[in-house]
Amino acid sequence: MDRKALRALWLRPLLTWGALCLLLAATCGLAYVPLGWGNLPLALAIAAAKAALVGTIFMRLMQETPLNRMAAFVGPIWIFIMFVLMGADYLTR
Amino acid sequence: MNEFLRPPWTDLERQHRAVTFGMWAFLASEVLLFAGLFAGYSVYRGLYPRGFLAAGNETSIWFGTINTFILMTSSLTIAVAGRAARAALLGPARLLLMATFALGVLFLILKGFEYREDLQKHLLPGPGFPIAVAGAQLFFAFYWVMTGLHAVHVSGGLAAVMRLILVSGRNGEWLRGSASEEATALYWHLVDVIWIILYPLLYLTGRAHG
Repeated sequence: MDRKALRALWLRPLLTWGALCLLLAATCGLAYVPLGWGNLPLALAIAAAKAALVGTIFMRLMQETPLNRMAAFVGPIWIFIMFVLMGADYLTR
Repeated sequence: MNEFLRPPWTDLERQHRAVTFGMWAFLASEVLLFAGLFAGYSVYRGLYPRGFLAAGNETSIWFGTINTFILMTSSLTIAVAGRAARAALLGPARLLLMATFALGVLFLILKGFEYREDLQKHLLPGPGFPIAVAGAQLFFAFYWVMTGLHAVHVSGGLAAVMRLILVSGRNGEWLRGSASEEATALYWHLVDVIWIILYPLLYLTGRAHG
């Protein structure tokens, strides 16, 4: 396998993995910084960024057909609706 | 007629599209299964914030973080395996699948050691539970159910990866021709994504309050 083929194979996935590792180190370190109520949203935002990286690069969501992209977004959309309805109940008691 | 074509499809392209669409639809249903647990966790965390923070501090940050790193690395190896298979580099693709399998097994082994440590600390909800704050037992109920369900998914993923390794040993072209590799990789990545969400909920909670 020549250098060019090797580079084409590994470059993007390896950069993505590097970004995931940096985000993991960041979220682990920030968990020990007292931010009051801000710790959880920050940790979840970093988790969402990591999930987005896995989805777009590793799972190649951007190269998928529109039908597959729609199927991929359906899960998170239903979860969003569930959490909005649940919050409307529990947060307004 | 292509040897990898299955009825009712008439060409590989359509078969491939059907398999990936079916997999994405299945993954959406998997996400909703875990979402029910996330919803329960959110409600009880809202009701017992002190108990969740106290209990979250008792999970093993080392096992949790190292296992996150291992699963992310296994996502890398299976992603590159797919790219290698599509580039007809079938030998390297198979080696990367073996690496993925090994990393998955390592994840489960470390999880087993972590469970042993948890049990030694009596962190199973019930009599003798060591944290006397309301809601702490509920946190650990979610911990055991969520990580247990996730481990079942890792085991299923390992079986699927092993199938790829075995079948491609008999016929390397199968990795490129059939859509099995891509479907398995999608499932494996989802298992990684679920863990990425579980990690802050179970391992980072309460660290700044300790």
